[in-house]
Amino acid sequence: MGMRMKGSFIDNLPKIYGLYTGGFLVFVGLMALLEWYGISADTIGILFVAFTVVIYAVIGWLSRTMQVDAYYVAGRQVPPVFNGMATGADWMSGASFVAMAGGIYMSGHAYLAFVVGWTGGYVLVAVLMAPYLRKFGCYTVPDFIGTRYGGNLARLLAVIVLVVASFTYVTAQINATGTIAARALQIPFAVGVWFGLLGILLCSMLGGMRAVTWTQVAQYIVLIIAYLVPVIWMSNKQGFGMIPQFVYGDAVARIAELEVLHQVGVLQPVEPVANMSALTTLHSQAESSAMAAWKFVALTMCMMLGTASLPHILMRYFTTPSVRDARKSVAWSLFFIFLLYFTAPALATFTKLQVLDPALASSIIGKPIDMVNSLDWIQKWSAVDFLRIVDSNGDGILQINEFFMRADIVVLATPEMAGLPYVISGLVAAGGMAAAMSTADGLLLAIANALSHDLYYKMIDPKADTRHRLIVARVLLVGIGAAGAIVASLRLTSILGAVAWAFNFAMSGLFFPLVLGVWWKRANRAGAIAGMAAGLGVGSWYLYMVKWGGMTPWLGIDDLRFGIVGAATSLVAMVVVTLLTKEPDAETQAMVDEVRIPRGKTILDSSH
Amino acid sequence: MSAEVSQRESHWRRTRRLMIVHLVIWAMFAFVVHWFAPWLNRFSFMHFPVGFYMAAQGSLIAFVVQLFIFVRQQESIDRECGMAED
Repeated sequence: MGMRMKGSFIDNLPKIYGLYTGGFLVFVGLMALLEWYGISADTIGILFVAFTVVIYAVIGWLSRTMQVDAYYVAGRQVPPVFNGMATGADWMSGASFVAMAGGIYMSGHAYLAFVVGWTGGYVLVAVLMAPYLRKFGCYTVPDFIGTRYGGNLARLLAVIVLVVASFTYVTAQINATGTIAARALQIPFAVGVWFGLLGILLCSMLGGMRAVTWTQVAQYIVLIIAYLVPVIWMSNKQGFGMIPQFVYGDAVARIAELEVLHQVGVLQPVEPVANMSALTTLHSQAESSAMAAWKFVALTMCMMLGTASLPHILMRYFTTPSVRDARKSVAWSLFFIFLLYFTAPALATFTKLQVLDPALASSIIGKPIDMVNSLDWIQKWSAVDFLRIVDSNGDGILQINEFFMRADIVVLATPEMAGLPYVISGLVAAGGMAAAMSTADGLLLAIANALSHDLYYKMIDPKADTRHRLIVARVLLVGIGAAGAIVASLRLTSILGAVAWAFNFAMSGLFFPLVLGVWWKRANRAGAIAGMAAGLGVGSWYLYMVKWGGMTPWLGIDDLRFGIVGAATSLVAMVVVTLLTKEPDAETQAMVDEVRIPRGKTILDSSH
Repeated sequence: MSAEVSQRESHWRRTRRLMIVHLVIWAMFAFVVHWFAPWLNRFSFMHFPVGFYMAAQGSLIAFVVQLFIFVRQQESIDRECGMAED
C-alpha cells in the first residue's frame, strides 16, 4: 500500500484482500475459542471493535500520500470490482446496517420503499451520471458544476448544497459510531463519539481518497460477513437452510397467521413509551389506498434521486482507470449493496417469527410476563432502555401491545434472542462500526475536498502549491470532523430522519444541474444557478414549514419527502431561466460533446 | 471530419435511446409494480405474496440484472461507433 508496492499492489489486490478475509475469519474463530474458555462477553466485544478499528487505521497509515491525484481520486487506478466494494461500504451507513431490518420489522411493507429506493438509485447513477463525470476528470462534484457552467457563483452554490446534504448525513454517522463504540467499549456516549471520530480521521487524513478506498474495501468485507452470518445461522436453526433469502416465503405466510392469533394491528398500546414502539403494522400487507401507494412511490423517488446526487457516492466513480470501468463499477456496487439489502427483509421476518411463534422456544408474545422478564437478553436490553415490557391489562401475560422496543434492537439483539454465542454479537458490533465509519469517512472527505479544492484552491488562492493545498485539505477534514462530533453529541434528530433529509437536500439542489449538464447542451450558467438556488431554497423552506412551521403537507409530502418539492422547483427554475437567457458559448457546447463520448482525454487534466 | 461528426451523432442517438429504454424499465420496477402492491399481494410467488416480494427482493434483482446488461449494451454502442477508449 505504500510507495514500494505501487503497480504490483493493484495486481495483488485479490490476494491481499483474500488473505485479509481469511485473517478476519481466523480472528472470529479465535474469539469463539476464547468465549469457550470462559472469557467474558464484554472483553470479546472490546476486542472485536478495537481490533478492527486498529486494522483500518493501519491501512490508512500505509496509504498516506502527498500527491494531489492520489489524495483526491486515489490515483485513478481502482479496479471496478474493488471500487464496487468500497462504494458498498461508503453507501451502507450505520442506518442501513443497524436500523433497516428494524424498520421493516416495525413498519412492514411501507418501509420497503427505502430498500427499493436505495438500490434503484444506482440505475440513475450508471445511466445518467457516473461515466460522464468520470470522462470529465473532475476531483469533486462542484468541480464539474463549476467547469461545465463556468463562474464562481455556480461552483459556490454546488459547494453549499454539498455541505448542507453531507453534513446532515455525517452527524448521523458520527452519532452511530459513538453509540456502537460506547456500547462495545463500555464508555460514555460523549467519549464514544470522539473515539469514533479519531478512528474515522486515522483512516482518511493521511491518504485522502486513496486511504479511504482501501479501508472501505476492508470495511465492506467485515460488514457483509457480520450481516450475513447471524441471518444464515438463525435460518438454519429455524429450518430454512443456507440461502434463507429465497425461501422465507413460508415464514412470511406463518407471520400472517400469527398476526391474527396475536391481534397485531387490533391491539393498540395503552400508553406510549418514549423512543420505543409496539408492533401494530402487518408484515406483508400493503395498505390499499391511493395515498399509501403515492407515499411509497414518493419516498422511493426521493431516495433514488438523492442517491444519484450525493457527492460522496458520485466521487467514488472518479477513481476508476477508465470511463468503461466507471460504468462497470456502478453495476458491481449495486450487486454488493444488494447482498445486504435483500437480506434485511429476511432478517426482519426471522426475528419477528422468533418473537411471535409459540412453536419456537424463543417466542415471548403470549408467554407469562414473569418468565419473559427472567430471560437474559430481555434484562440486558431493558437495562439500557432498548426495550420495555408493560403489563397494561394486568393479566400477567405478554400481549403484542405490551412489548415496546427500539427498532435498532432487531439487528443488535437478534443473536442473543436466537441464543447464538456471544461471539456473533461481537461480530455484529464490529460490522455496525465498519458501516458507520466507512460512510462517515466518505462524507467527511467529500466535504473537506470540496472546501479545499473548490473554495480554497479554485476561488481563494489559485496559486497555492501542492503541499499547501493538501495541508489545507487535512486541516479542514479535522475541523469538519470535530464540528460533526460536536453536533452529533447534541443528538438533535434521529439517525434515520437525518439520513432521509440528506437525500432530499441533495436531490433538491444537485440532481437536475448534474443531469442536464450532460444531457441538455442548451443548459447554461444562469439556469444552473437558478436551479440550485431555487431547489435548495424552496426545499429547505418547505421542510421548515412542514416540520416546525405547522403547515399541512401538500399531497402527503412530509419532511421525509420534501425533495419532491425542491427538485420540481429546481427543474422548472433551471429550464425557464435557461430558455430566457443566451445559449452557452461554442466552447462549452464542444466540451459537452466531448463528455458524451468515452474516447479521448478527460476534460480536466490531472494537475488542474 | 464529417464521418467523425456523423459517427458522433449516431453514437449519441443510440446512447440516448438506450438511456430511455433503461429508464422505462427502471420506472416499471421502481414505481409501477409498487403502486399495485395490494392487488399483487393476492398472488403468490415462491410462497411470497407478490407485492411484498417485489419490494423486498424482485425489484432489487431486476435492477442488478438490468445494470449488468446496460453495461454490455453501452460498451457495444461505444465500440461500434468508434467511440470506445483505446
